[in-house]
Amino acid sequence: MKNEIKTITEKDLWTENPVIRQILGICSALAVTNLMANTFIMGMGVTFVTAFSSMTVSFLRHVIPRRIRMMVQTLVIASYVIIVDIILKAFLPEISANLGPYVGLIITNCIIMGRCEAYGQSNPPLLAFWDGMMSGLGYTLVLMFISFIRELMGFGTLFGIPILGDWWTRWTIMVMPASAFFVLAIIIWAVQARQSNKSV
Amino acid sequence: MNINPIVIFFASIFTSNIVLTNFLGMCSYLAISKDLKSSWGLGQAVIFVMTITTILNFLVYKYLLVPAGLEYLRYIVFIIVVAAFVQLLEMILERFMPGLYYTLGIFLPLITVNCAILGVALFMVIREYTFLQSLAYGAGGGIGWALAIVALAGIREKVDETKIPRGLQGPGFALIVTGIMAMAFIGLSGIANIQ
Repeated sequence: MKNEIKTITEKDLWTENPVIRQILGICSALAVTNLMANTFIMGMGVTFVTAFSSMTVSFLRHVIPRRIRMMVQTLVIASYVIIVDIILKAFLPEISANLGPYVGLIITNCIIMGRCEAYGQSNPPLLAFWDGMMSGLGYTLVLMFISFIRELMGFGTLFGIPILGDWWTRWTIMVMPASAFFVLAIIIWAVQARQSNKSV
Repeated sequence: MNINPIVIFFASIFTSNIVLTNFLGMCSYLAISKDLKSSWGLGQAVIFVMTITTILNFLVYKYLLVPAGLEYLRYIVFIIVVAAFVQLLEMILERFMPGLYYTLGIFLPLITVNCAILGVALFMVIREYTFLQSLAYGAGGGIGWALAIVALAGIREKVDETKIPRGLQGPGFALIVTGIMAMAFIGLSGIANIQ
């Protein structure tokens, strides 16, 4: 059990990180990374939904007929996303407005479905919960890194707090969508280059 | 929100392209864009499904969810509408148009999980589009998505023969090309603007 937890943590955070290794959940990874505060909330939302839907699917794993499991999983995920959406609207209306449709799009985030399908439905609930949470955190970490670069260079701030002074010329490109593609591509490049050097 | 539907149509193809500015439908966009033929197949399927489901979702939202005060259920309802429509379309195509079924059929299940379809429906709700505006946005969004994936596939096929750094092969390279495409599309931003 303890070993299992350790392996899961290692896998989800680094060796099989959903974003940079498996290239899953890219849509929201790119869309919400212009400001760190948005990214953080989004990451927490995804972590919450992944953890709880994985656990729920795991609880129901002996009850769900195999043929309709996709439909059931989607409904479970959608229910948790609605909870996240309502909580955000009530307590963080500003960030909720910034994130716009991307909160709803957590439903179609392949990471969550992927974890339910690959892990949740064949493992006990607590492990499934842990696995979901770690995958969500792995996703959040990569996103925070991207948004760190984008916000720092694009606005000269972190979490809205000015870091670089007036001497810093803001990179407008970092605010625009195009930069999200470049930053993620460079991160994937670096990680894969390191990997292939190791294996040689 | 009083924008001419024609403006919305062109804006959603060029200036507010759903892939290049809203990052929607990236998963299948990166996975399928390895060859031109299947990109075009998937592109066509997306155009068709997106146009129709946006309309269906508009009607369901306006005449079913809003009067009943159940707006917060829209995520579940939209997903079900899309899934049901795709399933139905698959059966109809298989029965009546086997030729088309063999070209588009394998792409249809992929579309249910394509976040661009759900994304367009959610944007439509947030921006409070009318019926015609939604129709224009759905069709334009689909065409914009198809345009982006076909362009990327064309570039990737050409570049296949050249040498690129090993770590950059595959998704990394596709992302960089997409970034450059996104920058190129910024050049069109004078045409029309929504948001």
